[in-house]
Amino acid sequence: MPENASNGSILRAVKLSRTSGGKNVVLDVSFDVLTGSLLGVVGASGAGKSSLLRLLNRLDEPTNGTVYLDGTDYKLISPRDLRRRVGMVTQRPFFFPGDVGSNLRFGPAQRGVTISNEEIGRLLERVGLCGFAANNVSTLSGGEQQRVSLARTLANQPEVLLLDEPTSALDEESKLGIEELIRDQVQRHGLTCVMVTHDREQARRLFSHILLMEAGRVTKSGTTTEVFGA
Amino acid sequence: MLKAFFSSEIGLGLAQAAIASLLALAVVLLARRREIHLEKETSVALVRGLIQVVAVGSILAVLLKAPRWTSAFLLAGMVLAAGRISARRAKNIPGATKVSTYSIAAGAGLVTAIMTWVGVIDTAITSLIPVGSMIIANAMNTNGLALNRYRSEVLAHTGEIETALALGATPSATIRGYAQTSIQSSLIPAIDNLRSLGIVWIPGLMTGMLLSGARPMYAAIYQFVVIAMILASSGLTSLLSTTLIQAYAFSPADQLLLKGAE
Repeated sequence: MPENASNGSILRAVKLSRTSGGKNVVLDVSFDVLTGSLLGVVGASGAGKSSLLRLLNRLDEPTNGTVYLDGTDYKLISPRDLRRRVGMVTQRPFFFPGDVGSNLRFGPAQRGVTISNEEIGRLLERVGLCGFAANNVSTLSGGEQQRVSLARTLANQPEVLLLDEPTSALDEESKLGIEELIRDQVQRHGLTCVMVTHDREQARRLFSHILLMEAGRVTKSGTTTEVFGA
Repeated sequence: MLKAFFSSEIGLGLAQAAIASLLALAVVLLARRREIHLEKETSVALVRGLIQVVAVGSILAVLLKAPRWTSAFLLAGMVLAAGRISARRAKNIPGATKVSTYSIAAGAGLVTAIMTWVGVIDTAITSLIPVGSMIIANAMNTNGLALNRYRSEVLAHTGEIETALALGATPSATIRGYAQTSIQSSLIPAIDNLRSLGIVWIPGLMTGMLLSGARPMYAAIYQFVVIAMILASSGLTSLLSTTLIQAYAFSPADQLLLKGAE
């Protein structure tokens, strides 16, 4: 099968590797992400999970290998278009000074699109933060910050959403809330997601399919039961 | 008092240099008591500075008799040295030497060339070299400050910059605010010099002109001209270096390359 054959997958990583400071942070990683699925990338700290995620939207350059987005080698897609189509929510959200609404407008504005107040309202409703548009970002709680960060990425209408440990800094209640929100994006909105976590219990709750990483390599992949056992 | 002990000008000059150096070293020893160690750096800089300035003095003595066009080579040599020295302030920024040299050459070179062409700077070596060197030296300092601040701003805001890139922003859009801050802060000394001119300090050039018999009013106005030229060349250098460095801070695939340890 040709490397770029989609076969139901929207994202295909082929032999992805990255060397940084003489160390292989990601080594020979290949996998498919099916359209509308939620794939978990699980491993301990330093296993290369976040480094792998950064290669998927080309925030870092792979030393070897590539990624196909809907059958097209991502090196042939302009970085700005690629990052709009493959959105990312980081472990610690960084906001631009101002209110929630202006942060949500940032992504579309980069390509000259102005989103309406109604659209802002719809995005905030989608993440459970109705009426937050005028709130200053400096007043948000940890859970609210992650929700706004997600809404800001969704404003770009991505085809794939990358989530880098989005709940690692949150309390238990906020964590479960964000998990429910992610499940909702996949099941109700049909969004394709790749999420990184070090938390195996969270992985069992959220994912049906998992990549287990150790020292930059994928050591196991399959269903959650196949990888972790029953 | 010293004049009573020295009959030759060179001997007097060396004695004055020794006393000034001793004063600087006394301050270094004072700093040492507060565990601030500047001994090696200051000692090397003092010796190096004296040797360099004596060397330049010797070269000037020869050049005074040389044709006027030779000053262009001397100024070009100063730009190359300034580029290397200034780049040291931009630790870990790849391409800093090249960017610094190009920026200082363009910033200081353009201002010097225009001002010489319109007749503000005399083409005589005795005028062009001292004024040109002042412009280059200040452009060097501004460039070092600008790149150093640029680096600090990027390292302090890596998360914000990469967030903007991940949302589809261009490197220019993500870095604009931080580059503006770098330019503004790098120009503070040049602006303060202009602001305090005549009130807080009477710069060397004016002092030299007065000592060599120029009219005080003309010496004062010409000093303003030089400080304004310094501001112009420093501003241009800073604008250029913070623009050119972007090509080294970001990859062609819009990835941030200027980062702390990964």
